[in-house]
Amino acid sequence: MDTENLIALLVAAPLLGAAVLLCGGRRLDRVGHWIGTALAAVSFVIGLVLFTDMLGKGAEDRSLHQHLFSWIPVEGFQADVAFQLDQLSVTFVLLISGVGTLIHLYSIGYMEHDERRRRFFGYLNLFLAAMLLLVLADNYLLLYVGWEGVGLASYLLIGFWQHKPSAATAAKKAFLVNRVGDMGLSIAIMLMFTTFGTFAFEPVLEATGETSEGKLTAIGLMLLLAACGKSAQVPLQSWLGDAMEGPTPVSALIHAATMVTAGVYLIVRSGEIFNGAPDAQLAVTVVGAVTLLFGAIVGCAKDDIKKALAGSTMSQIGYMILAAGLGPIGYVFAIMHLVTHGFFKAGLFLGAGSVMHGMNDEVDMRKYGGLRKYMPVTFVTFGLGYLAIIGFPGLSGFFSKDKIIEAAFAKGGTEGWILGSVALLGAAITAYYMTRVMLLTFFGEKRWQPDAEGNAPHPHESPKSMTIPMILLAFGSVFAGGFFSVGDRFMHWLEPVTHHDHGDSPLSAATVTGATMVVLVIGVTLAWLQYGRRPVPVVAPRGSLLTRAARRDLLQDDFNHVVLVRGGEHLTRSLVYVDHTLVDGVVNGTAASVGGLSGRLRKLQNGYARSYAVSMFGGAAVLIAATLLMRAV
Amino acid sequence: MSFPLLTATAALPAVGAIATAAVPAARRTAAKWLALFFSLATLALAVVVAVRFDPDGDRYQLTESRAWIKDFGVRYELGVDGIGVALIALTALLIPFIILAGWHDADPLETKSSRWRPTQGFFALILAVEAMVIISFEATDVFLFYIFFEAMLIPMYFLIGGFGDRAHSGSDENASAQRSYAAVKFLLYNLVGGLIMLAAVIGLYVVAGNFSLQEIAEARANGSLDMATNTERLLFLGFFFAFAVKAPLWPLHTWLPNAMGEATAPVAVLITAVVDKVGTFAMLRFCLQLFPEASKWATPVILVLALVSIVYGALLAVGQRDIKRLVAYASISHFGFIILGIFAMTSQGQSGATLYMVNHGISTAALMLVAGFLISRRGSRLIADYGGVQKVAPVLAGTFLIGGLATLSLPGLAPFVSEFLVLVGTFARYPAVGIIATFGIVLAALYTLVLYQRTMTGPVKPEVASMPDLKVRELAVVAPLIALLIVLGVYPKPVTELVNPAVKHTMSDVQKKDPKPDVEAAK
Amino acid sequence: MNPVNYLYLAALLFAIGATGVLIRRNVIVVFMCVELMLNACNLAFVAFARLHGNLDGQIIAFFTMVVAAAEVVVGLAIIVSLFRSRHSASVDDASLMKL
Repeated sequence: MDTENLIALLVAAPLLGAAVLLCGGRRLDRVGHWIGTALAAVSFVIGLVLFTDMLGKGAEDRSLHQHLFSWIPVEGFQADVAFQLDQLSVTFVLLISGVGTLIHLYSIGYMEHDERRRRFFGYLNLFLAAMLLLVLADNYLLLYVGWEGVGLASYLLIGFWQHKPSAATAAKKAFLVNRVGDMGLSIAIMLMFTTFGTFAFEPVLEATGETSEGKLTAIGLMLLLAACGKSAQVPLQSWLGDAMEGPTPVSALIHAATMVTAGVYLIVRSGEIFNGAPDAQLAVTVVGAVTLLFGAIVGCAKDDIKKALAGSTMSQIGYMILAAGLGPIGYVFAIMHLVTHGFFKAGLFLGAGSVMHGMNDEVDMRKYGGLRKYMPVTFVTFGLGYLAIIGFPGLSGFFSKDKIIEAAFAKGGTEGWILGSVALLGAAITAYYMTRVMLLTFFGEKRWQPDAEGNAPHPHESPKSMTIPMILLAFGSVFAGGFFSVGDRFMHWLEPVTHHDHGDSPLSAATVTGATMVVLVIGVTLAWLQYGRRPVPVVAPRGSLLTRAARRDLLQDDFNHVVLVRGGEHLTRSLVYVDHTLVDGVVNGTAASVGGLSGRLRKLQNGYARSYAVSMFGGAAVLIAATLLMRAV
Repeated sequence: MSFPLLTATAALPAVGAIATAAVPAARRTAAKWLALFFSLATLALAVVVAVRFDPDGDRYQLTESRAWIKDFGVRYELGVDGIGVALIALTALLIPFIILAGWHDADPLETKSSRWRPTQGFFALILAVEAMVIISFEATDVFLFYIFFEAMLIPMYFLIGGFGDRAHSGSDENASAQRSYAAVKFLLYNLVGGLIMLAAVIGLYVVAGNFSLQEIAEARANGSLDMATNTERLLFLGFFFAFAVKAPLWPLHTWLPNAMGEATAPVAVLITAVVDKVGTFAMLRFCLQLFPEASKWATPVILVLALVSIVYGALLAVGQRDIKRLVAYASISHFGFIILGIFAMTSQGQSGATLYMVNHGISTAALMLVAGFLISRRGSRLIADYGGVQKVAPVLAGTFLIGGLATLSLPGLAPFVSEFLVLVGTFARYPAVGIIATFGIVLAALYTLVLYQRTMTGPVKPEVASMPDLKVRELAVVAPLIALLIVLGVYPKPVTELVNPAVKHTMSDVQKKDPKPDVEAAK
Repeated sequence: MNPVNYLYLAALLFAIGATGVLIRRNVIVVFMCVELMLNACNLAFVAFARLHGNLDGQIIAFFTMVVAAAEVVVGLAIIVSLFRSRHSASVDDASLMKL
């Protein structure tokens, strides 16, 4: 059997799961989660088969295509349902289905007491299908289907606990902000269509040389807008923090490991376009750099463990976007960081979920403390994830983040220096806020108290189905980076797709690594001084102006609220008024004046036969008179 | 002469209307089943039409032609192109669902001073509308088209005015007053449009000497019928005005929210998903074919009006407090897209617009009918009266969400395909217009999700706590529609293949070619 | 005798009938005045027939008489049923046909 025929099965398996679970009704309640997990695992196994098959081939013919059917055949417009599996997409496939399967497994325990667990697994499978479609599509329109599909799954899962108004609002917000980004993607596709006459990857990316830089810049900027929406980059980042309303496995899978990195995939996949548009690339790096700091600052101020991690996710994706904006120097590292981040951030989130599981769903880190004694497995796996993300030497994050900082310097010129310094600064803040999370949660005195109803939390280790995925992800967090970096394995693997350029760094690799270590130590020390050395107040102190702003997502939400929400409300309300009074008023006014006239005219119809007779006589007389008059003339 | 298939397709529901009306008053249920039977039989005939139609054959097929009013050259001429077939199929498909959804809408009220609701009349009127709509899609004689275009108003008037939504916040008298206001508004708007069109129809006869669409279009194409520029423009405006009222295009739209709000949900679907389509269909068939030059002349203004419709309709939908009015404004926004696609004059735009007509019919039917089920359970149309329905009636909420997602054109569901085609087609010729129209997709997400959030999520309101989930009959209405949305979203090829040749003809009528992509143009 | 004089008479009768229709309230009288007008017309027709020397006018007069007879039948029936239901023979009481 030809292996390319397997590609569709990758998407079909979880899609089937979603259909069965969502339409199956209550009788599947008892087995639904196993069906969902099994089908996710099927996808992973197929992914592995395809991967090993690919390893057996030469670098040049590793790319597989599968054409299923012609989707929208219209004059001059050809959209197909066709898949493309190359080194880049298979990397994603393994990450998505692998981490996805683990998180399915974790959810079996985490969602055990939820009566709508079957539906939860249905949504998770739907997400997997859409995400796999996104990375397997061989054209931008089909990618767009996956792109919105993951948005839908994200919407459903953030709002999974719909009875909570905050969850419903967060879900809606996520979808809307994403739609703004989607607008960018659809305009980009339209631009490709008018420029190249097609929007399939191969012909578009091969033809970039034949068009003007202006067009490429426009397409690039629109793709960037799309990436900003999906990957929670400034200025469309506001939804990610709120998205933490969803169940924690969702935060781990969708809002940390996979979906939010789709923007990075989009930019790397469209590398040829950005290579031809330096201005767009600059915009990408600026967005990445700004978000990197933005997310890190927000992460420092949040007391909600999941929101602190969400800030961190934003910041780490900022790194990836920054790397992707560097062009061929950075594409490989963007993807490498994406994969390692997928491991450790998913692990961190699952750890956070495990902590919440044991703490009656308490999310305020100030009410944790000293949990390492109660949850040893969680502590160790979370700790390894922590070391990985701050870039502790030898762990995954060290290899991938270091490379990005190096690449930023290698961009050259003033830009290179600025971007490199920002990335370094980000590394320091990362060390600071992650150490803060670690200290607040697992070290120090226990700070939890009985809640209003007198239920004191009894922290305990989570069941096996939850800890096993955490352990496996911790393995990834520790070893993935090193494994990829030995002999630049990952780089050679991806090179045929993304190409690679070493750039010329003004600083040697050793200098950069040294600098990274220095800022790391500074960050950790600062955090220890603040949170490790002295007891932590249960109620957050008022804090500086910056802290207070950072708690409110640097006032972005306030801005949105005042300008967009309030402004929008006023606009729609006044439009409703205008529609009623002006547009409808004109018509009703005409109707009223006609009505008034006829009201007066109808007075003539008084019902008396005699008066009708008079008018008949009068009319007859006038007619006769007129006839006579005409004759006389 | 072969079997007059098109006449039969239009006549069958007409016969059904008479038969249903003739059922004795006591045998209400029999009348319902009879109506359902006739609507299904019509659907079967429509399928036969679709199968017999050869997309690669002549432009108009299954034609029939008989002399009718000889003195004025009026002929009974029928014929369908791909667009007509698609819309006939849509109409025939939706009517059984409308009948099934409105199964109890015309039952007599048992409580208090009940107005007697003539059940038979309700279903007979629906079938009558179906017959007239179908023949409007088939007529290739301008006068014949005009007659049914106008006659449709009569049964629609009674359906809106006589069978209102029982869910009403005000008193009975108040409800009845608003209902008759809506019905009269509907009638007056459309009559004024029709009157102006009648003048244009007569004008066309004076200029061309007959009413045959094909003959006139041919004569226009080969130059044997010259119209003065101003004459052509005036005639175009006369036709377009009537279609713009029916479609409805901003600022002639205000009758639609009233009519859809006051009518029962199935009738609201009948208005927006079936009857209004005649307006956009006629723009494609009559405006572009008979007056190509004038159409091009008017394009800039029409595009702007369509854009205003898209954005304005969506913004007003956001501001609505009444579920059905919200759907009505959303429809106005969608009709903006359809008209945009027609007048962008690209293959993608016009194929997209035709597809949009079909998809909008199905998606609005799904959303509106579920909304109707919801409203009938709680007895209120106000969004604020709901909350937390998802918890008590998950299937209802789920289908409502899918209907909503179709309305916001989620990829994978049918409306996405058409909306994207319209956008691409518009963008190819008028980039700025295309970009502004794209804002519509964000606004669509806003009004749909706000509606879903306010009605379905959050804490369960006490008034909805005992709300039953969808019944079998209701599920039988919604499930096929949703299945169709998915099938046509994943595999729209059968419809596009039907439509493409017709679009090619229209494009050659207006003598427009698709803009070439830059890369090709440079070579 | 000059036939024109008959025309004057017909005009006079017609005027009397018309005035009666307009000013009288009793439905019977109004009805009789209508008859008077019809007969005035008949007279005019016959006079014209004489004046022009052909029979057309006379034929029409016969038609008018037949129609008048039919009208009497229907009209009286209406009046009787009106009187039965309203106990009044005044035309002003039957003024319901208005908006």
